[in-house]
Amino acid sequence: MLLKDTPVTTDKLLSVQDLRVHFHTLRGIVHALEGVSFHLNRQETLGLAGETGCGKSVTARSVLRLIDPPGRIVSGRIIFEDRDILTLDDTAVRAIRGGEISMIMQEPKMSLNPVIRVGDQVAEALLIHDTSLNRSSARTQAEEMLTQMGIPEAHRTSRRYPHELSGGMAQRIMIAMMLVTRPKLLIADEPTSALDVTIQAQILALMDKLVQDIRTSVLMITHDLGVMAETCDRVAVMYAGNIVEMGAVRSVLKDPQHPYTQGLLKTVPDKANPDHPLYAIKGNVPSLLQPQNHCRFSDRCEYAMARCSREIPPVYQMTDDHEAACFLHDGQSISSGGKQVDLMNP
Amino acid sequence: MRYNNHVNRKTNQSHNPILLTVEDLHVYFSIREGWLSRQRATVKAVNGVNLSLQQGDVFGLVGESGCGKTTLGRAIVGLSPVSHGQILLKGRSIVGLTGQDAHERARQVQLIFQDPYSSLHPRKTVCDLVGVGLKLHGLANGYEIDEQVLAMLKRVGFNIDHLYRYAHEFSGGQRQRISLARALILRPKLLILDEPTSALDVSVQAQILNLLKEIRQEFNLTFLFISHDLGVIRYMSNRIGVMYLGHLVETGATSDVFEHPQHPYTQVLLSSLPSIDPDTPSNRTLLEGDPPTPIDPPPGCPFAQRCPGVKPICREQAPELIHHGNSPDHFTACHFPHVD
Ligand SMILES: Nc1ncnc2c1ncn2[C@@H]1O[C@H](COP(=O)(O)OP(=O)(O)OP(=O)(O)O)[C@@H](O)[C@H]1O
Ligand SMILES: Nc1ncnc2c1ncn2[C@@H]1O[C@H](COP(=O)(O)OP(=O)(O)OP(=O)(O)O)[C@@H](O)[C@H]1O
Ligand SMILES: [Mg+2]
Ligand SMILES: [Mg+2]
Repeated sequence: MLLKDTPVTTDKLLSVQDLRVHFHTLRGIVHALEGVSFHLNRQETLGLAGETGCGKSVTARSVLRLIDPPGRIVSGRIIFEDRDILTLDDTAVRAIRGGEISMIMQEPKMSLNPVIRVGDQVAEALLIHDTSLNRSSARTQAEEMLTQMGIPEAHRTSRRYPHELSGGMAQRIMIAMMLVTRPKLLIADEPTSALDVTIQAQILALMDKLVQDIRTSVLMITHDLGVMAETCDRVAVMYAGNIVEMGAVRSVLKDPQHPYTQGLLKTVPDKANPDHPLYAIKGNVPSLLQPQNHCRFSDRCEYAMARCSREIPPVYQMTDDHEAACFLHDGQSISSGGKQVDLMNP
Repeated sequence: MRYNNHVNRKTNQSHNPILLTVEDLHVYFSIREGWLSRQRATVKAVNGVNLSLQQGDVFGLVGESGCGKTTLGRAIVGLSPVSHGQILLKGRSIVGLTGQDAHERARQVQLIFQDPYSSLHPRKTVCDLVGVGLKLHGLANGYEIDEQVLAMLKRVGFNIDHLYRYAHEFSGGQRQRISLARALILRPKLLILDEPTSALDVSVQAQILNLLKEIRQEFNLTFLFISHDLGVIRYMSNRIGVMYLGHLVETGATSDVFEHPQHPYTQVLLSSLPSIDPDTPSNRTLLEGDPPTPIDPPPGCPFAQRCPGVKPICREQAPELIHHGNSPDHFTACHFPHVD
């Protein structure tokens, strides 16, 4: 408890260390996460970016220990405040889910219960969290929350069922439900990818305001680098089960240090000159059926050297808050990853 | 100047000839109002659209989910019911074609779908998938088919080893290449690309966009390019049309529309796009509410309910798509367009 007052603990809310997750499928073992390490400070928004299948959702679900068979968390530590989520008993983990840590899923309609009025779902989240609350005051609080979410006629809307709402409305309900309990950490898995840009802009503005109000930390998963640039303080770029680059949002987006991040930023057509071909990363994402024994980006990389297809690159530390797992930076100091966070664990 | 007159004027000038004209197109669907109810309502999915594509154009169609982009594209290939209006290919109507005419239109106008996973039969070999059209249209037979298929597959980045593999063995990007080969082998005039890359990763998307640009030149094609991704549209198209609730609200040269948007909806849409440059100040107009549904839409301007600058007339009278500003090709359907 005393540790709570030391700077280390007040800074770091979540620290994930060397997380490995495998899926045992008919085709073989999918090595979905191959040693993922990152940390999230209090009141900070960390973005997790990367293309389909790179392991963003698996990382998010692991934090809540929501990996079901055929998946298995093979090793690693997930330190939330002073507890390792991976060693807690089920009751303790359940208490954390929906209380201290909430998660917004990609498909809003799928994660709302179709047969319960949306207002009741928000109220229910409150009741589970705070057992001293009575039903009618939970309802009132739920409606207040809906009003804050910019939902017109909150009283009437709260009596509707999920299928009667548009995607944007349903996502607002979902966000209301996840934030009404004032979690310490909000995990948002592609919260706006299914929505149109004008609705996305509304939702992001609302989330931003609420997150400020209740001082929540956010793990923001998105493949949209624009959304990332606007909402995150720090970002981690994933490729095929690894974090390949991590750092402050400005330095990663303005001065990317990993060839994959550099390529990814160049392929975005937004500002590209229509008279020239777009930059394209050659080849395809590798299969995850082989355990990693080299840099998984090496066969698509313009700068690949002999050792890239033989060794796993360590994480090199460029500055205090910018690191990349690439041999091009050999000579820089090697990051200790999440290891120094051991301090937190009494 | 109204848009239709403009179309006619264009044909008489020395621009590229007009390939496709869509005139006052309406596509309505009749649906059952609630789950149990017998009452029927009308979905006005496309509600009076005019547009014209010159040969060689890449016409980008943007707009939010449900605004009618797919329905419009499908109407052109005869897959959506046309309630009113005309669609002309090289001056000849292609609405309600049957028999040989429909068959020929099916060759000239090809539709590429968004989802590369469901649009190809998983149990057919690549050779069958790509060759079937040649057989169907009697364009080749016997070994000619295999030869042409192989040549086309090579063009889109495959080699002979791929010829007898099954579609399900390929990745999303590869399947989209197969769809393209299948369409191109018929030597079409017009390709309607409905969100051709939105199911793909950005790194793969770039490969496909480059390929599309190359083949457009090589095969002298015209594209109707549907996407909700403004960045992709801007990169690909020379002209664009912005749709809202079944209407075309603004159209013009891509650079004109992006740099001098006149319709308030276009302005909001462009301002909503998050920038990957952390130093770009976000100067955003947020809209109130959700887009209304096209089920029995109210009279007046389709955008009136959400427009930040709405005036009384907007709720009563639908604005026509007319020319504003300095660029000759820039048309906007708004009573109070922003013209600079
Ligand atoms: N239930 C499962 N069974 C087998 N493999 C799985 C399962 N869930 C995830 N995987 C695999 O784990 C890897 C990471 O998946 P994950 O869902 O985390 O990707 P993601 O980065 O969230 O992608 P997306 O952007 O598409 O959501 C993928 O290769 C995926 O195929
Ligand atoms: N067969 C149909 N029956 C009834 N309504 C339909 C039918 N097809 C489309 N619609 C409706 O017409 C409207 C336009 O749909 P459409 O699919 O053309 O939109 P879109 O612009 O392509 O959207 P998205 O970006 O989501 O693909 C929607 O409201 C849709 O629900
Ligand atoms: Mg995911
Ligand atoms: Mg569509």
